[in-house]
Parts: sequence; C-alpha cells; structure tokens
Amino acid sequence: MATLHTVNKSPFERTSLQRCMDFALPGCAILLLEDGVYAARTGSDYAQQLKSLADVRVFVLGPDAQARGVSVDATIGVVDYVGFVELAVEFSKVQSWL
Amino acid sequence: MAKRLMYLNRRAPHGSVYAAESLEVVLIGAAFDQQVCMAFVDDGVFQLLEGQDTSAIGIKNFTRAFKALGDYDVTELYVEQESLTERGLSAADLMSITYEDEDDDWNEKPSMQIVSRAQMAQLLEAQDVVFNF
Repeated sequence: MATLHTVNKSPFERTSLQRCMDFALPGCAILLLEDGVYAARTGSDYAQQLKSLADVRVFVLGPDAQARGVSVDATIGVVDYVGFVELAVEFSKVQSWL
Repeated sequence: MAKRLMYLNRRAPHGSVYAAESLEVVLIGAAFDQQVCMAFVDDGVFQLLEGQDTSAIGIKNFTRAFKALGDYDVTELYVEQESLTERGLSAADLMSITYEDEDDDWNEKPSMQIVSRAQMAQLLEAQDVVFNF
C-alpha cells in the first residue's frame, strides 16, 4: 500500500513539500509538478533533502520544469505526462500536497 | 504630476495568474506617462529565470514580454539579492533585459538592477503607489 505523493507548490512559499517529506515512507514516491519543480533545481537544498529520504523515489514533471527554466538535479528522475499516469497507476493511491 | 508607481512581484510565473496579470497591467499602465518601476522579491525572482520554455505545457510564455518593457519606457527592474540567494540563484541565471537610453545616444543599457533587501525597503518607501502581485 505505497503512496505517490505529489507537490505542486513552491517550497519557498508553502510548507507543502516539507510536510510531504515528513509523511513519505519507504516504498513511496514523490512527484514534483507545477511550482513544486523549483525544489528540483540542480544543487538546491531541497534536492539534497529529497535525496536523503530512505527508499523514496523522487520525480519531476519534465514539461513543468522546462516551462520554468529549471535544470533538474541529477538525483531526480524526469517523467513526461505518460510517466505521470504510469506512476499514478503503479501506486495504490495519490496524495496531493496542495 | 507624474506619480511614482511600483509593481511588486512576489509569485512564481506559471503556477498562478498573478505574474502574467502584473505584466499585463504594467504594459497598459505604461501608456499613461507615469514613473513606473517593477520589483521582484521572494518567488517573484523566478519570473526572470533564463531559459523558460512553456511549449510543452500548452500556455503562452508571457515572460518573453519582459524584454519588450524598454520599448514601453519601463526601464527600472529591481531584483532583491537576498531572494536570489535564498533560492540558490545569481544574476547569471536571469534573462538579459535592456533598454535604449534616448538621453545617451540610444545606447543599450541593462534594465535590471540587483539590490539588497534594505535598498528594496527604501525603494518601496519612495513610491506613491505600490501594486501587489
């Protein structure tokens, strides 16, 4: 019963990502989309924190990163819209941190 | 008498409509011969990131219009250094925005100025009107 957590708010403006990281258990995944992608910037503190989560895969929605001029940290996977759907299907539920 | 107007931008560009609406209002307001400047603090600095390409998310990349501000005599764009630093950014990550100075033989000059938080507070205080986005 693993969960896909999604975050669509900037980590600099809201606590959504912070709370998401608190709740993401081993086996879960986190997908950053919309303004959530700012956490994925190369070398950012948030990218480091995400990397340190035990057994949690982290992804970013590529089109949203591209739209915002965000270069994605090498530790974070990039998915397209099809990849988003595949993740949603793979996990038993999706938790959206708004 | 011309008033000093500031448009204060604190939101990231594409996740909400604030940033696009701000630029829209600036361009409309520029027709009224006021002394206009824009300020970028907090997530507002993300609006100026170089390399934004919205083609894959199906919306217009309004941030290209920043480069046209000089043609509307909007030549003062203030960016807060602390907001950049907090986000791991520097001036080198931002797009180049210039204007042609009619008082100096139309020489091309940078519109963007990086200022400290203390300087930004002074700038804010010096305005007659501040519009918040």
